[in-house]
Amino acid sequence: MDDMSSRKSNALDLHIPAPRARPGDKPDFSGWSFPEPGATPKPDIDESAVEMRDFAYGLIRVLDMEGNALGPWTPHISADDLRRGLKNMLLLRAYDERMHRAQRQGKTSFYMQSLGEEAISIAQAMALAPDDMCFPSYRQQGILIARGYPLVDMMHQIYSNARDPMKGRQLPVMYSSKKDGFFTISGNLATQVPQAVGWAMASAYSNDGRIAAAWLGEGSTAEGDFHAAMTFANVYRAPVIINVVNNQWAISSFQGIAGGENTTFAARAVGYGIPPLRVDGNDFLAVYAATQWAAERARANLGPTMIELFSYRAGPHSTSDDPSRYRPADEARQWPLGDPIERLRDHLVSLGEWSEEQHRAAQEEAIETVRAVGREAEKVGVLGPGAAHTRESMFEDVYKDMPWHLREQRDEQGEA
Amino acid sequence: MASMTMIQALNSALDNMMERDPNVLTFGEDVGYFGGVFKVTEHLQKKYGAKRCFDAPINENGIAGVAIGMAAYGLRPVIEIQFADYMYPAYDQLVSEAARLRYRSAGDFTAPLTVRMPYGGGIRGGQTHSQSPEALFTHVAGLKTVIPSTPYDAKGLLISCIEEDDPVIFMEPKRIYNGPFDGFHDRQVSPWSKHAASEVPEGYYKIPLGKANIVREGEAVTVLAYGTMVHVALAAAEEAGIDAEVIDLRTLVPVDNETIEASISKTGRCVIVHEATRTSGYGAELSAMIQERCFYKLEAPIQRVTGYDTPYPHSLEWEYFPTPPRIIKAMRRVMEA
Repeated sequence: MDDMSSRKSNALDLHIPAPRARPGDKPDFSGWSFPEPGATPKPDIDESAVEMRDFAYGLIRVLDMEGNALGPWTPHISADDLRRGLKNMLLLRAYDERMHRAQRQGKTSFYMQSLGEEAISIAQAMALAPDDMCFPSYRQQGILIARGYPLVDMMHQIYSNARDPMKGRQLPVMYSSKKDGFFTISGNLATQVPQAVGWAMASAYSNDGRIAAAWLGEGSTAEGDFHAAMTFANVYRAPVIINVVNNQWAISSFQGIAGGENTTFAARAVGYGIPPLRVDGNDFLAVYAATQWAAERARANLGPTMIELFSYRAGPHSTSDDPSRYRPADEARQWPLGDPIERLRDHLVSLGEWSEEQHRAAQEEAIETVRAVGREAEKVGVLGPGAAHTRESMFEDVYKDMPWHLREQRDEQGEA
Repeated sequence: MASMTMIQALNSALDNMMERDPNVLTFGEDVGYFGGVFKVTEHLQKKYGAKRCFDAPINENGIAGVAIGMAAYGLRPVIEIQFADYMYPAYDQLVSEAARLRYRSAGDFTAPLTVRMPYGGGIRGGQTHSQSPEALFTHVAGLKTVIPSTPYDAKGLLISCIEEDDPVIFMEPKRIYNGPFDGFHDRQVSPWSKHAASEVPEGYYKIPLGKANIVREGEAVTVLAYGTMVHVALAAAEEAGIDAEVIDLRTLVPVDNETIEASISKTGRCVIVHEATRTSGYGAELSAMIQERCFYKLEAPIQRVTGYDTPYPHSLEWEYFPTPPRIIKAMRRVMEA
């Protein structure tokens, strides 16, 4: 087939999507449109999916870049709660920063920050009820922080030390806490989305009042599991919120490779008959309001909502990644929708509920809290030679009761 | 006691469990209104309502993933994969998720679900309705794999599976759904009603997982089999006039090592029979286990009678299917050694 002479004059050509800018180029966001804050109408929670088609292509924004809250999506949220949200975002950023550094110091094998996406996990956790079940991906550690899971236990897991709640079995960032409504994280992408749908169906089956929410990256929407989840969610009207975090990058592949070049990710919901919301993911108020809308809809037995959270992954994919090799070094700083922490800070300042001094103090407090907790966790131990957990513990929890073959392997290993 | 086919016995197991436990529900492709393409879930929707027995989209990984979420919530879902051959799209959910929730969350989350799937050949089903993928599950830490061979066992084992707190793969030998099959495809198949194992109590009873059943006692050779092959092995033992001990494994993981070891220690000879392809099949595990534990008791090399390492051939299925003559040949070979 390599015979050039066989080429037709109307020869077909294969298209491989590519981002607008690569290392050395000027960041270029001219392909995006950013509707004005406050311009998007707010539908009733029982609006039909068909009527909501345009929401898949728009962008719900509340905060303008000066910190003013505009339009019908402005949520009713007290200044105390806003301050709590801001402090949690600061804590999350400080935690991420320290854990990222801990990996560089060899204290853990691996770490993943949520730099630039802090509003998503913190605002969404605050908009949900505390006992709603979250099926997170690996960049929503903010949910645990917002729900008050002890920071020190998160660190114990990062360090795989003797108090690691996962007994040294899970990758550091793959937390689990049933009592905090935080489902155990998988490294296989999008697998948690049909599970969230199933959990939501079970809640409805049991006439419970709790709903489920799932998170996945825009890259993982290419997985079959996402489409399975959308089908089941729609068919059985599951009380679930399916959140697609579009942070533009799936390791080194830009969102066009996942199918986002000519459409939005929220638009996928249209074909499934699921209401779409597309939201500025760096706008704490818009994220909170959209999540609240979807949660109310689910609680009213009106079924699923899909939310695309339009953001930008400001940090590397993980500690094993160097984004300067595949995108302009300053692209994150140039992101037109800014930084979620700075935007909420500016809003609180504009309300007269916050000041530069308070912000600096809160930032320092967050860093000091993380430092103190870090010292406490490191005292228990960090990842290193001589695992903190006993060899026997490796054989536990494979099954409820250990079958004979595992008992034998455990004992055999003990003799070695 | 009533005489039941395996299909009726399975239906009765589901009926009993749905009656006893409101957390038990079942779904899968065509499972609801129609009662399943093999009728295993017949009448259940009518009796328990569409919320407890319902049709699913044609999406096996969705069915499995949704069931995991339900199980994690606290329900006990029983899902049907219409043919074991369609399990492959669901494989990641079963292997990476269901099997590991307990382990990776240190016991915080569990997935007590039962995955039913008809498997096996001899029904003119071609390559996509005839496979025996049990080894793909027995290799996975965190799963249990169960295969019955009679109506009585099918019901008692399925009830145990539904009550298990770990995920269980329950494979149904569809060739013997309606009557035992001895491997002589040109013979008339007798209905289950002619066999003692079709006497099934209407009510609740359990057969424990991990316990094999010696279905024929003998001194000369141990034949290990499960599912349809139990009946083929029994026919082979009769036909050959060999004093064979035939063991129905019932549970592949965890397998009943004690019963196997005791039998091999007595006979010194072993033939393993399964329908699945040979290379890296479950017979390889059995063979290695016996080698490790009973080497000095063995008087002949272990023989395997299995499907071949080819895709399942439609018009040549009787060439492919392990039949009594092939098992007899293997028995004679171990007897001669």
